[in-house]
Amino acid sequence: MPYTKRRRLVRSAVALVLGTTALAACGTESGDSEGGSGPVSLTYWTWTPGMDKVVDLWNKGPGKEDQITVTVKKQASGDTLITKILTAHKAGKAPDLVQAEYQALPTLVSNDALADISENVGDAESSFADGVWQQTTLGTDAVYAVPQDIGPMMFFYREDLFKQYGLSVPTTWDEFAETARELKKAAPDKDLTTFSASDSGLFAGLAQQAGAKWWTTSGDQWKVSIDDPATRKVAKFWGGLVKEGAIDNQPMYTPSWNKALNTGKQIAWVSAVWAPGTLTTAAPDTKGKWAMAPLPQWSAAENRTGSWGGSSTAVTTDSEHQRAAAKFAAWLNTDSEALNALAKESGIYPAAKNAQTSGAFLKPPAYFSNQADFYAKAADIAETTAPSAWGPNVNVAYTTFKDAFGAAAKNKSDFGAALSEMQADTVADMKKQGFEVAR
Amino acid sequence: MKSTARRESYGVKRAPYAFLLPATILFALFFALPIGYAVWLSFHKVKVSGLGLGSGARREVWAGPENYTDALTDSELVHGALRVLGYGCIVVPVMLGLALLFALMLDTEKVRLAPLTRLAIFLPYAVPGVMAALLWGFLYLPDVSPFYFVLDRLGLPQPDLLDGGPLYLALSNIAVWGGTGFNMIVIYTSLQAIPAEVYEAARLDGASPLQIALRIKIPMVAPSLVLTFFFSIIATLQVFNEPTTLKPLTNSVSTTWSPLMKVHRDAFGDGDTHSAAAQAVIIAIATLLLSFGFLRAANRRQKQEAAR
Repeated sequence: MPYTKRRRLVRSAVALVLGTTALAACGTESGDSEGGSGPVSLTYWTWTPGMDKVVDLWNKGPGKEDQITVTVKKQASGDTLITKILTAHKAGKAPDLVQAEYQALPTLVSNDALADISENVGDAESSFADGVWQQTTLGTDAVYAVPQDIGPMMFFYREDLFKQYGLSVPTTWDEFAETARELKKAAPDKDLTTFSASDSGLFAGLAQQAGAKWWTTSGDQWKVSIDDPATRKVAKFWGGLVKEGAIDNQPMYTPSWNKALNTGKQIAWVSAVWAPGTLTTAAPDTKGKWAMAPLPQWSAAENRTGSWGGSSTAVTTDSEHQRAAAKFAAWLNTDSEALNALAKESGIYPAAKNAQTSGAFLKPPAYFSNQADFYAKAADIAETTAPSAWGPNVNVAYTTFKDAFGAAAKNKSDFGAALSEMQADTVADMKKQGFEVAR
Repeated sequence: MKSTARRESYGVKRAPYAFLLPATILFALFFALPIGYAVWLSFHKVKVSGLGLGSGARREVWAGPENYTDALTDSELVHGALRVLGYGCIVVPVMLGLALLFALMLDTEKVRLAPLTRLAIFLPYAVPGVMAALLWGFLYLPDVSPFYFVLDRLGLPQPDLLDGGPLYLALSNIAVWGGTGFNMIVIYTSLQAIPAEVYEAARLDGASPLQIALRIKIPMVAPSLVLTFFFSIIATLQVFNEPTTLKPLTNSVSTTWSPLMKVHRDAFGDGDTHSAAAQAVIIAIATLLLSFGFLRAANRRQKQEAAR
């Protein structure tokens, strides 16, 4: 009996010691030594599926020559990763490379988490549309990331049901509203689409199309114009449709929403180039019945779209091998072999212009096999993307959007008031943090 | 001889500390230190200068009680607390009432399949909270729920469970479904501990089973009831899983529905760990005050009754 007791004690003591060494190991982990020569190993945080296979191409090809090995660490997408990067950066241990959505770049830059890689990736600029590239410079001479994928917005609709109800594809937002009303008249239990407050990026993209520039700088001051005439126009438009009951007001990405798309209860979706992927899982039974068209315009003479989603590859200030990391980031997003692999393995829509109409993008996505020129059309639309203007607290504006517009959609009340709330909260947060805010 | 004895006694004196050491170290590292850090954070804030771009534009400065005054005057936090109060007023009585009822029923003499029934009532407790909320979420959505299908077929009204007042019922239902079994086991265990002589004496005095339940069983398991009430209050104040999981399904649950959700949003959505830390400290203090205040009141009452 005493023997077993002692043995148990010894065992737990060993476990404790092991535990503390594991802790110590966590604490002393550090990067490789400084220097341009010699083998370099980099860590890359990304949520893109299949990225490890694309990185394998680098590690076996150009990376092997330059002795730069990249290791992928799969992460959760979006805001969660931003928080994680900032926390790691606070401890000085952010990975060498990170994936970041365009709207998150100012937040990361303002926390001094991203390195200026203009010297190493400046040549890449010509591969991208101006509006896309500008998002990685934040309007400065610095370059904080290399664009990876983009999400130009488009209008997706059920071709068969549009024909059945005698609807025509709207080219302006006025026509869009008319279409919604006509459908309600023809089939009262159906909706053209829904206004969802669950994804702020959609609203931001719609405002961007209307010409909104939410964050701008002049001198040493930020100007926040979320409640500007362009955005107000968008908010009033959707608020009006919800109020009169022409469209639904329930959130997207719920089991109900999937069912509505799959059964034709909702017959259109304002979305972006990545929609085929979402529709494949949300509405599998309606494959081949959808078609894509450009986003409706605010006036017939215009031809613009917004973006919803899209991300970039950035190098952190904590990286001890920023040049090597930048080299990889440029390869990943401009090299044709890499872009082909990204399209094949990860299904992303590339930001690099020449990749949008080559390789995997010569054929339409399987879900849209009925629309042979899907990607040719998409590339044309992508070129019309309006410039965007992100600020250092997009996250705050986005969370306020979800709550304020969620409540307004539920109550079918004034979207203008919700927009004012979004503006006020965003400005208040910036002032609280100490940013110089104009007006 | 003498010296070894002294050494031995010295070693024995030190032994308790040596045994305590691992627990103390773990407590300090993983409990005291993080709490201390949270308190430290709550008294600081970020100060940005100018555009806030580039290095050195962001500093962490002393904020004093600023984060606390902001939190206490924040109407969203107060509204969240009120929502949780409303939710708690449904959850705690219903859950404990059902738990007591089930425990008493299982404890009666003529009960068939008692072990199976006990397991069936307890089983939902083994389902993780997020899973339970997801599961119920599906059942609450009119378009995918079999309940609504049946209601529709029968031509009965179909209430919207994810809005207004019914939302509280929907949320409470998840908590009651998951928590009743655990509380029932606690009460049932203490019912089992009551000596059989007590019942025998009662029966000899002519007490009916109902009278035994009301006059003997319930007073004798009062300490367990106090304990389960105490746990339930804490669980209610920390409600997070259910509303967070239902949030994407409806416009009616905001990101700040409960105080803990607001802490989560501020820290991980808005990136303001400092004010989130202050709110977390406030919630922790409120929880401590409420739960221990209740325990004290309950104990005082029991002592008074014992003295009578």
